[in-house]
Amino acid sequence: MDRPPVSRGFRSTRQASEATRLPPGQYLTTDFPVLSAGPTPEIRVADWKVGLQLGGSLLGKWTWDEFEALPQSKITVDIHCVTKWTKFDTVWQGVSFDDLLRAAGVSEPPSAYVMAHCDGGYTTNLPVADLVAGRAMIATRYEGLPLAPAHGGPARLLVPHLYFWKSAKWLRRIRFMPNDEPGFWESRGYHNYGDPWREQRYDGD
Amino acid sequence: MTATDALPQQPRIAWQTGRVHAILDETSRVKSIILEPATWSGHWPGQHVDIRLTAEDGYQAERSYSIASPPEEKLLTLTVERVDGGEVSSYLLDELRVGDALEFRGPIGRHFIWSRTRGGPIFLVAGGTGITPLMAMLRHRRRSLAHTPASLIYSVRSLADAVYRDELDAMAQDDRDLRLVYALTREQPSNWSGHWGRVNEMLLANNSFAREHDPSIFVCGPTGFVESISSMLVKLGFDPFSIKTERFGPSGG
Ligand SMILES: Cc1cc2nc3c(=O)[nH]c(=O)nc-3n(C[C@H](O)[C@H](O)[C@H](O)COP(=O)(O)OP(=O)(O)OC[C@H]3O[C@@H](n4cnc5c(N)ncnc54)[C@H](O)[C@@H]3O)c2cc1C
Repeated sequence: MDRPPVSRGFRSTRQASEATRLPPGQYLTTDFPVLSAGPTPEIRVADWKVGLQLGGSLLGKWTWDEFEALPQSKITVDIHCVTKWTKFDTVWQGVSFDDLLRAAGVSEPPSAYVMAHCDGGYTTNLPVADLVAGRAMIATRYEGLPLAPAHGGPARLLVPHLYFWKSAKWLRRIRFMPNDEPGFWESRGYHNYGDPWREQRYDGD
Repeated sequence: MTATDALPQQPRIAWQTGRVHAILDETSRVKSIILEPATWSGHWPGQHVDIRLTAEDGYQAERSYSIASPPEEKLLTLTVERVDGGEVSSYLLDELRVGDALEFRGPIGRHFIWSRTRGGPIFLVAGGTGITPLMAMLRHRRRSLAHTPASLIYSVRSLADAVYRDELDAMAQDDRDLRLVYALTREQPSNWSGHWGRVNEMLLANNSFAREHDPSIFVCGPTGFVESISSMLVKLGFDPFSIKTERFGPSGG
């Protein structure tokens, strides 16, 4: 494509040091904005369960207390929302996807893709390769505190190397699927994979 | 292989250079930018565009802005509110001139959209500039002579802060199927008989449609506003799936 037109009189108001850590088109925020398609559901941990599903059977399921007893991991990562904000050095705690598979006694992921299912009916699809080897967790704490409902509490997926809608809020079930299928945002104009460094925001990017 | 290869690819929504056709003062903090696209194949009311600014040194900034104009119009209207210290909104309000080139791409998003073909009434709740995508719906409704019953609750600090006020008042005046309610949160005229203060459950209940009529509900505004309105709607018994939300700003309120 041609060089973009220069916007006369436009100058950056940002620190140059931010630039290398920001994916293209993103800006740094210190707030924690909220993006969801609808209302925030109210979920009581007493009623909460999470499951790992293959076809018609469950490979594993955990109540809140059982889930809390699984090995805990803590990570500090930058997160990138498709609505353009990026937040540096966010601190999360939860159960890594690797540990979840281990807890279910699954040594090899049974298929190459998953669909994450959430309260409120939302879904997002991911390649399993993007979840294993320490690349993703089910997070229950943010900055040391229980995850707030607006941010996906009690538990959300965290896949920080993809745009943040892939880090599905209010997670309830991870379903292995043999073939890739688009989730909620992925069938409403957003990119199927969502790599912020390749600016894969929308269909066709 | 990654998931990117598995599904049929849509064509990319390409960047294009539009020309600023006009700039309108809406309120003391808000302007509308009327943009002439190079190419446009239409949009759904509720969709947005991404704007990209490029500085002399190559630095770029992107932000999203909802389309306020209906699909019936060839020119696109974006309505931008000043965010204090905001990088892009300040530029759009203070520097941009009629005749300038403006890079953008769109239309984007297929969730927060209204299509007449769905049937049923529409219930719209706007906080501040959150009116923008909802205005596209109301304008489309009017232009297409749809008799879809509609109700808008528009929360603003004062009447002077209500964007599109004259147009909305005129729309509501000669349309019995459109209900327009302002909620004035900070300042009310002395003879004000409308709602004072923030939108509450009672105001929502009194101005919405019965659940049996299966309304489509659209809530747009700052994050805190959208959070509080949508949870009140769920409490009032509306199906969470019928409530579509769009959050503009990081801050609450
Ligand atoms: C889908 C979508 C549609 C949108 N449509 C519109 C629209 O129609 N009209 C419109 O005016 N804006 C709209 N926005 C918001 C817009 O994209 C920008 O975020 C906004 O203009 C601020 O950008 P900025 O560069 O001026 O501020 P920045 O330089 O990004 O921010 C400056 C400071 O202000 C804070 N801030 C940013 N935005 C807000 C806000 N809205 N309220 C309070 N504080 C804020 C930031 O956290 C930061 O501290 C939309 C956003 C989305 C995601």
